[in-house]
Amino acid sequence: MTPSIQPEILGHFGPYGGRFVPEALIGALDELEAAHISAIADPTFQAELRELQLTYTGRPSIITEAKRFAEFAGGARILLKREDLNHTGSHKINNVLGQALLTKRMGKKRIIAETGAGQHGVAAATAAALFGLECVVYMGEEDTRRQALNVARMKLLGAQVVAVKAGSRTLKDAINEAMRDWVTNVESTHYLLGTVAGPHPFPTMVRDFHKIIGEEARDQVLELTGRLPDAVLACIGGGSNAIGIFHAFIPDTEVKLIGLEAGGDGVETGRHAATLTGGTVGVLHGTRSYVLQDENGQTIESHSISAGLDYPGVGPEHAFLLDSGRAQYRAITDDEAMNAFATLCKTEGIIPAIESAHALAGAMIIGKEMGPNSILLVNLSGRGDKDVQTAADYFKIDLA
Amino acid sequence: MTTSLENLMRKTRKENRAALIAYLPAGFPSQKGSRKALEVLAHAGVDAIEIGFPYSDPVMDGPIIQAAAEISLKSGTGAKDVFDTLNFVHELGLACVVMTYWNPIEKYGPQKFASEIARRGGSGVITPDLTIEESLGWSAATDAAQINRIYVVAPSTTDERLKAVVERCSGFVYAASLMGVTGGRTSVSSQAKDLVERIRSISQLPVAVGLGVSSRIQAREIAGYADGVIVGSAFIKVLLEAQNEEVGLAQLRELAEELVAGVREGR
Ligand SMILES: Cc1ncc(COP(=O)(O)O)c(C=O)c1O
Repeated sequence: MTPSIQPEILGHFGPYGGRFVPEALIGALDELEAAHISAIADPTFQAELRELQLTYTGRPSIITEAKRFAEFAGGARILLKREDLNHTGSHKINNVLGQALLTKRMGKKRIIAETGAGQHGVAAATAAALFGLECVVYMGEEDTRRQALNVARMKLLGAQVVAVKAGSRTLKDAINEAMRDWVTNVESTHYLLGTVAGPHPFPTMVRDFHKIIGEEARDQVLELTGRLPDAVLACIGGGSNAIGIFHAFIPDTEVKLIGLEAGGDGVETGRHAATLTGGTVGVLHGTRSYVLQDENGQTIESHSISAGLDYPGVGPEHAFLLDSGRAQYRAITDDEAMNAFATLCKTEGIIPAIESAHALAGAMIIGKEMGPNSILLVNLSGRGDKDVQTAADYFKIDLA
Repeated sequence: MTTSLENLMRKTRKENRAALIAYLPAGFPSQKGSRKALEVLAHAGVDAIEIGFPYSDPVMDGPIIQAAAEISLKSGTGAKDVFDTLNFVHELGLACVVMTYWNPIEKYGPQKFASEIARRGGSGVITPDLTIEESLGWSAATDAAQINRIYVVAPSTTDERLKAVVERCSGFVYAASLMGVTGGRTSVSSQAKDLVERIRSISQLPVAVGLGVSSRIQAREIAGYADGVIVGSAFIKVLLEAQNEEVGLAQLRELAEELVAGVREGR
């Protein structure tokens, strides 16, 4: 079955998506949906967003062919979509600028955001500074420790960072706390959600702000190679960078779409964040999708060396793409990701985010499967500065 | 068929008073302590019980219910314990509903869940995060099991939507007293009364007010205009903060008696 380009009806992607939220939030979600729909059709909004993409983010992001890295990927041509070169260092800025403009459009003065790796929090704090909005970022206490550098960045940008001490003290608990804030302050506040999950319209809206990644890349690859890539690869946390690069290629059924999930210690150990590979259908954070859960429907804590992928849910459109067979998803272990991380550093002079290293590890495996004549487009979703401490610990680099 | 909850709401209307509905998560303060606490509430004169299905990601709940859910989940509470607790309350002679986020129902199977509620003597289920757009299967399941379907509406709910949600409710309509999460507040927001009046203008169903009620004065105030007063966090707080379970149960009894008196002073 080939899914249509716009499979969502009433915020659903097949059986996935929808809204599972307190009634108190329905008004705000309706308002947001209306603002999004009217903004899409409004040339002034589009021009303003375009201007920001050109003069603030630094779009279009370039394509770098990773020739030396390719030797470790079965000799396949590896084309990196350099979202790491965006302002703030990841793809997250695409969504944040779009939603910040919508916040202004709705007349709201305060944004809240959740963050795992800190990249979305930094992007949100950046947009808040740019637009003069008050900004509160919720971050699991565990993640504030793993990503201390990004905590400092957010504070420098004027945001308040709240360390969440509930539950597993990671991204899922940060989302819970942000939802509680939103229920309480919904009139003044926009919840600037950082990925393609959550209740409708977030999965659709966040995708729309990221689909520029794939639109640019499709043209760039055609120009560079004269044809479409054989496969498009991206890491999957909530799924925003992946849906962003996949979306333009969905009608190109000959192009494989491959999402790389965080396999942690290995899916078979139970210590992982590979929701589509190792989870089951359920409802989490307002949407129906795949979830890591036990027999009572309680969320199981995820595990990954990468804070940005350490999430037990995933966006509903990915669940739909999985079931329909249009995309496939594989798990990459911590060790495989860190090996790819080190390989890219040493072969290309690029330090990737550990999140993105999962996509690179996928390229090392899939390149070998598809062989030297294949072309793989890989979304390099972020840069690795924030991960230097984690990598130094992992590789036991002497910092003295 | 009428449920025990419907019979209760009829009876309290006849007595011209509001019902006091107490919320406790299953398995809290401990598996055994939960039954003792429910007995205390029943003996103190509470009219109905909401058994909470503790959930890992309770986005509608403040720190107190979060803490209780965490304690309960750590001791392994699952669907079976929720149904056993429901049955225990039924045998104490009180009307009893389950309050749960949607995912535990989805995982259990909506039809199976609804029929198990009925089989164990429960009257219905409160679903704080199930929107009416997603409720087709649940409506069928609850109709088949002949149990009440209770949705939570908020001050921000538009008139048009309020009508659509209330039409799908039975037993009572749960009116959230304010925009926010569960947890004690010192005063009742004026939004509560407005919301109850808006519901009254479109429906004959009983209306119960919850979120933030913790004192006799608040219970009295709400009982003046609502059919039910729902108290959760205040009871849980007493149990959480007591040095031991015995002291906690004694304080629980005191608070329950205060609130039972409060709802009778409302009119
Ligand atoms: C660089 C980078 N890539 C990927 C992700 C994962 O998110 P998503 O799957 O929504 O792209 C994150 C999240 O923090 C990130 O920082």
